[in-house]
Amino acid sequence: MDLHLSKEQEMLRKMYRDFAENEVKPLAEWVDENEAFPEETVKKMAKLGMMGIYFPKEYGGAGADVLSYVMAVEEMSKVCGTTGVIISAHTSLCCAPIYENGTEEQKMKYLPKLCSGEWIGAFGLTEPGAGTDAQGQQTTAVKDENGNWVLNGSKIFITNAGYANVFVIFAITGITTDKRGRKKKEISAFIVERTDPGFSVGKHEKKMGIKGSSTCELIMEDCTIPADRLLGKQGKGFGIAMKTLDGGRIGIASQALGLAEGAIEETIKYTKERVQFGKRISQFQNTQFQLADMHAKTEAAKWLVYSAAMKKQNHEPYTMDAAMAKLVAAETASDVTRRCVQLFGGYGYTREYPVERMMRDAKITEIYEGTSEVQRMVISANLGVN
Amino acid sequence: MAFNSSDTAAFKGVWVFCEQREGVIMSTSYQLLSEGRKLANDLGVELCGVVLGKDIKEDYLKALGGYGADKVYYCNHELLDVYTTDAYTKVICDLVEDKKPEIFLIGATNIGRDLGPRCAARLHTGLTADCTHLDVDVAKYKEFLKTTSTIDVDNTVFEENTNLKMTRPAFGGHLMATIICPRFRPQMSTVRPGVMQTQPYDEAGAAKTVIENVDVKLDKSDIHVEVLEVKKAAKKLVDLIGADVVVSVGRGISKDVEGGIKLAEELASVLGGVVGSSRACVDAGWIGADHQVGQTGKTVHPRIYVALGISGAIQHLAGMQDSECIIAVNKNESAPIFDVASYGIVGDLYKVTPMLIEAIRAAKAAK
Amino acid sequence: MKAIVCVKQVPDTSGVVAVKEDGTMDRAAMATITNHDDLAAVEAALRIKDATGCKVVVVSMGPPPAEGMLRELLAMGCDEAVLVSAREFGGSDTYATSQILAAAIKKIGVDDDDIVFCGRQAIDGDTAQVGPQIAEKLGMPQVSYVAEINVDGKAVTVKRLLEDGYMTIKVQTPCLLTCVKELNDARYMSVGGIMECYQKPLEVYNYETLKDDPLIDVTTIGLKGSPTNVYKSFSPPVKGAGMMMEGADKATVDKLVSILNDKHII
Repeated sequence: MDLHLSKEQEMLRKMYRDFAENEVKPLAEWVDENEAFPEETVKKMAKLGMMGIYFPKEYGGAGADVLSYVMAVEEMSKVCGTTGVIISAHTSLCCAPIYENGTEEQKMKYLPKLCSGEWIGAFGLTEPGAGTDAQGQQTTAVKDENGNWVLNGSKIFITNAGYANVFVIFAITGITTDKRGRKKKEISAFIVERTDPGFSVGKHEKKMGIKGSSTCELIMEDCTIPADRLLGKQGKGFGIAMKTLDGGRIGIASQALGLAEGAIEETIKYTKERVQFGKRISQFQNTQFQLADMHAKTEAAKWLVYSAAMKKQNHEPYTMDAAMAKLVAAETASDVTRRCVQLFGGYGYTREYPVERMMRDAKITEIYEGTSEVQRMVISANLGVN
Repeated sequence: MAFNSSDTAAFKGVWVFCEQREGVIMSTSYQLLSEGRKLANDLGVELCGVVLGKDIKEDYLKALGGYGADKVYYCNHELLDVYTTDAYTKVICDLVEDKKPEIFLIGATNIGRDLGPRCAARLHTGLTADCTHLDVDVAKYKEFLKTTSTIDVDNTVFEENTNLKMTRPAFGGHLMATIICPRFRPQMSTVRPGVMQTQPYDEAGAAKTVIENVDVKLDKSDIHVEVLEVKKAAKKLVDLIGADVVVSVGRGISKDVEGGIKLAEELASVLGGVVGSSRACVDAGWIGADHQVGQTGKTVHPRIYVALGISGAIQHLAGMQDSECIIAVNKNESAPIFDVASYGIVGDLYKVTPMLIEAIRAAKAAK
Repeated sequence: MKAIVCVKQVPDTSGVVAVKEDGTMDRAAMATITNHDDLAAVEAALRIKDATGCKVVVVSMGPPPAEGMLRELLAMGCDEAVLVSAREFGGSDTYATSQILAAAIKKIGVDDDDIVFCGRQAIDGDTAQVGPQIAEKLGMPQVSYVAEINVDGKAVTVKRLLEDGYMTIKVQTPCLLTCVKELNDARYMSVGGIMECYQKPLEVYNYETLKDDPLIDVTTIGLKGSPTNVYKSFSPPVKGAGMMMEGADKATVDKLVSILNDKHII
């Protein structure tokens, strides 16, 4: 197993870091304070190929690999959790399912515009009555006499929704009966465009963290789309959703990883400057041990995240790897950012320093794209413990 | 006989390029003449000023004698009115080839730093940029090292020669290097404006100085650029790098941003400097980015750096810690800025700064 | 048309400056960066490429690890790179460096409508000499301190900075421009550019490659061929610990000002 980054990956890391430091970090506080979606930053990232990092060039991607994408989310999240999740949701939850399940026509129609950042992508699975439990879906899609699909229902907590042009949406297309005679909802995936008739973006959520990421409700009232918007085969939506979330979890794990690393960096800097009882607080053993623990945990999480990315790249099964990476990275991020705030003391609780924002941003990583509890279910199921 | 820069014995005399803009000699020229005079005295040779321009007032030329020039080579030509690399290089190289000076000093202005290297390349000789100290005499050079270096001068061997010893900072002042050009002449050097002291003006010297009109051979075809316009900037951006004095403000002015900046401006104007700032102030939108000192801003090493309400984050220190004299005013006595400060006052900048302005004003007035 | 850009890899003096025991700079212990003014030159050339589709060739003289910097410039969008590297070139001063770079540029080939770009100066030496000296060796007109560039066919109009203003200068190609970092904000490498940069051509010019050029002569290159030599190098004395003034009242301020006055600081 090669644990070294390639020359290209080293260069990418340097470029991401430069970009994050100069373009993303200066805006992070403003993005949070004003719940502002950093549109200009997204345009700049798109110009550098960061909105389609691991897709082939023929679809407008940058032709790099999954690990290179992971590092981008990580480096952006080090300074701004919002910016990290924008790339992650766009890439993992919209570009990826289209790339992996789309017809050639669908790929040629959507991927170049998504990868170039002309269009932003989002993913609609969660509903008021159905979170991770995809069987609780209520949104329906019915074929009309012209062969078009007509969608009805609503989706909630959709990342990037306010700014997205393309949505991968899941809906019930029928009821099937399994071998044991139980009725099951048949779910299919669709590509919906923002301008499709009957489609609208609803309420914007006010959140604890990642405040600049646009999280909204999607409403479909007789939303009519042509037959060729079906993504993958009819009835295969549940599998597509689960596979997409496997990939998405690597993205969120990278975001969590970045948040933890960013908080540690800020804390190291601060503890070297801040003096208490005549000593820099970095000179206290508590500070040293806390930071040592935090760094060790974060590095452990990093290898889980990177190895999940490499498995995905190599087309090896990675469902459990992604779940483990997300579980460990998210819990590490929450723990580390909370401890960093503690080391900052009173200043850590103020908005003068970024660690309080990082702590708020970190919490969501334990919740979205499968809570930590769901990750544990996935891992234990893969262990055959049931 | 063809010009041969390696025939060192054939070269004699010290020259100073006396730059003019819009017909007026620049003050750097006087500083260089003052310095050149010392070198000429040590060598027992003539000091000459070289002026290129069009219809320069004779008084101005004579005045160069007041700062030490024995002779002024005056190159008067229509095409020398406004600086062009081609015209100036040709005229100067022709003159050097004809008269063969051993030392040629040029002010390190934006024009001097364009002209110097081009001439040195054409004459096949060495050029040392941005010198801060010049010697020909080894004994004097050793005296200089005693106060400015960590070298154990008395127990170090120095090669005896009368080569021009050109000392300049390297790596932003972390190192100093003394450069010589032993095999070729003239020994060329550019000197930063403001580095050398101007000696008092000497009427008798001015009266004595000889002006020699040079027969300029210059034609339009010699010049390959066309100057369309020369324009003075309306609002100058802050020249932090070139500033002799920088008064910077930090997060400590948050209480009254306008008042804090005003105090800094006033102190800067009393000291003859400009206003800088920490990154925090720029990020907060209190002051323009052209004022920022630090790793992501400008790196400065002025003679005096005043830090008002700046805690001294590492990234800021990286941009200013090589300033010659650092004066810090900060409420927090454990602020890292005090670790690099030459003088520190623990106090409220809004109270200390006005007193400082007053006291410096009084001290200057007493001079 | 093409743009040839001279770049230098320099130690990053904005961070910690490592000094060896003998007082010389410990270059090996310091991070390296592409010189700021040179990056502005690269960006200027790339903008001309964006507008005209011209080729951009970057050339650097330095030790073999400078290849890393050249790859980064290729990742920004430059088309070809040349690394001028040889033991014989080591120790060159600005005069000798300009001889070697001029020979390298001749080898790359200068067409009638080409522009050679340099940064104004490098942060390790701050001399600002190599650009103009290359221009002299190539017999080209030069404009230094360039802060704005407009290219119209073979006519190049630039804004040249003075201390208190600027000159607008028109010059014909081929010419050499030295750029200040205020000229532009250099672009980042792009993800796609990084993925391609190791496939782009990078040629190494050594002594053998250039030795037939009349500019390359042992008497004009390297340490021995350099007109200038280091007579002595030394560190400035370590700054003594600072002085914390007692109090913060008028008496304190007066005392400080009188010290500054006595020491001729003000």
